[in-house]
Amino acid sequence: MENKWFNILVPIISVLIGLFAGALIMLFFGYNPIQGYIALFKGAFGDLYFFGETIRQTTPYIFTGLAVAFAFRAGLFNIGAEGQVIVGWLAAVWVGTTIDAPMYIHLPLALLVAAIAGALWGFIPGLLKAGLGVHEVIITIMLNYIALYSSNAIIRSILTENADKTDMVAPTASLASEWLANTTYFSRMHYGIFIAILAAVAMWFIIERTKLGFELKSVGYNKHASKYAGMSVKRNIILAMVISGLFAGLAGSMEGLGTYGNMTASSGFSNIGFDGIAVALLGANNAFGVVLAAFLFGALKVGALNMPTQAGVPNELVDIIIALIIFFVASSYLIRWIILRFKREGK
Amino acid sequence: MSFMELLQSVIPTALFYSAPLIFTALGGVFSERSGVVNIGLEGLMVMGAFVGIVFNLTFADVFGAWTPWVSILVAMGVGAIFAIIHALASVTFYADQVVSGVAINFLALGVGIFLTKQWYDKGQTDMVTQPFYTTDIPVLADIPLIGSVFFQGIYPTSYVAIFLAFVSWYILYKTPFGLRLRAVGEHPMAADTNGINVYKMRYIAVIISGAMGGLGGSVFALTIAFNFSHATIVGQGFMALAAVIFGKWHPLGAMGAALFFGFAQSLSVIGGGIPLLEDVPQVFLLIAPYVLTILALAGFIGRAEAPKANGVPYIKGNR
Repeated sequence: MENKWFNILVPIISVLIGLFAGALIMLFFGYNPIQGYIALFKGAFGDLYFFGETIRQTTPYIFTGLAVAFAFRAGLFNIGAEGQVIVGWLAAVWVGTTIDAPMYIHLPLALLVAAIAGALWGFIPGLLKAGLGVHEVIITIMLNYIALYSSNAIIRSILTENADKTDMVAPTASLASEWLANTTYFSRMHYGIFIAILAAVAMWFIIERTKLGFELKSVGYNKHASKYAGMSVKRNIILAMVISGLFAGLAGSMEGLGTYGNMTASSGFSNIGFDGIAVALLGANNAFGVVLAAFLFGALKVGALNMPTQAGVPNELVDIIIALIIFFVASSYLIRWIILRFKREGK
Repeated sequence: MSFMELLQSVIPTALFYSAPLIFTALGGVFSERSGVVNIGLEGLMVMGAFVGIVFNLTFADVFGAWTPWVSILVAMGVGAIFAIIHALASVTFYADQVVSGVAINFLALGVGIFLTKQWYDKGQTDMVTQPFYTTDIPVLADIPLIGSVFFQGIYPTSYVAIFLAFVSWYILYKTPFGLRLRAVGEHPMAADTNGINVYKMRYIAVIISGAMGGLGGSVFALTIAFNFSHATIVGQGFMALAAVIFGKWHPLGAMGAALFFGFAQSLSVIGGGIPLLEDVPQVFLLIAPYVLTILALAGFIGRAEAPKANGVPYIKGNR
């Protein structure tokens, strides 16, 4: 019971300390923190347009947060969500631009292919970890760069003729929604948010209500005990990475079929995958927590864009705040440990 | 293009691209040998690049031609201080070292761009006026054949990097300090029982990695990028991390790996002019370092064995 309380308290305290630190930084550089945060709030929820954009940003964060959280549950650190997002994005746009089919086939197909691409990109580190014991962190970092450079090359030489941008996906593969856009003053909000919520429910169901979920958690807690109990540790490690990659691949499809409708060759990462790490940590690796954390980070990121114009504060302040939140969540183990220890001694 | 001309264009470029990687990778070796995983190398390089550029822009009039050298020293100092955050989280607070490293990366970029906007009112700084320039190394440049390939038109920082690799090897493998540092990374409890202060050693190692990462980032900024923006350091830190592993956590191995990665990068830059390679799509040269690292880890190119206690927080009294 107590543990549950800590799981809820620690993220909340971390966010508050992060925001407080942000306020101190604003004070230090001569800004008015209250004005700064009002600008942030208005930029995230000020009117329906901003709200739509916040939801738009939340959508891929839910997916990458679920991806990282799912792997965490099995004791794996999927720092490669970024690369899985890229291959998912590319796969979705590839299907969306080249295939001609009615919507009820085209859209699900594009989503499915994106999920498979992400899953494959998660399968490689899963296999290497399970088979050879190679640490998944290094492999996934390397795969991020391979994904980035390869997809750039594919965009430039296969999907287009030396252009930096693919065509827009066919309307039959697009997640864009006229009524959602109209009701939110033409924000880029799209149907993806509903798929993201479904995915969160799916993750909750797999983790809490299935044998697979039980085994994954068990492997995450103690590999040796799980093996002794007759579970296949290798199979579970591979499955965890595959499902994790699947979520991240879908995050890419949200951008490819929803927000942008195409893909641009880029010299750097979108950071959706890396931000997913923060989302998962803050959400305590719990499906419901991930949705809340994704919403918070979506609001912070979108709201930040309003800070330079309304309060003169550079929007990177929010990146600093997010970094500090991660620090406090990560270092909270100490706090938690001390409190638990005191309680035990008090008894 | 004759073979000599080829070497003359490839080798200086390879040295030039590898120098920042060598510096940073050496830092990574120190940190990981002491048992602290350092995913934050990227962020340390970002910090180094930022400080190097800002110091250079601000003090170019004061130090004149010495500005780039003073800049990289200052970047080293700031990098070392910045790395204390990572040490604090991962050594004292037993935080997950990978998570803490990720936070370092976020924080460095956030702080760098925030301050850039604060001080220059735009997303990137101006171009520096006092970068490093290529020179001919005196005497050595006049050696026939070798001189023109290795010692003409070279950035002096490349040789500083190679020199530091040997210094690091000496420190890690030939001094009591190095032995203790490695012991702490292999078996902290045994080291502790023998009277070595595990926390202190790990702090020192992480701070060294911060100094070297800062050095690497500032050298990259002052030889290759010339200004600072969000796109200055994109992945060089992770490539240095790859060099650490590919070099099997050994300073000279890491240097070799960094030289090789620099070579691969230089090929992707000037590959168009080289026979045979001009037909190879650039993307294969770009991804080569990463693919090779994966193959190395998977055991196809010799087994890469990490220090035993790498990534495990040491909690006194726990078995």
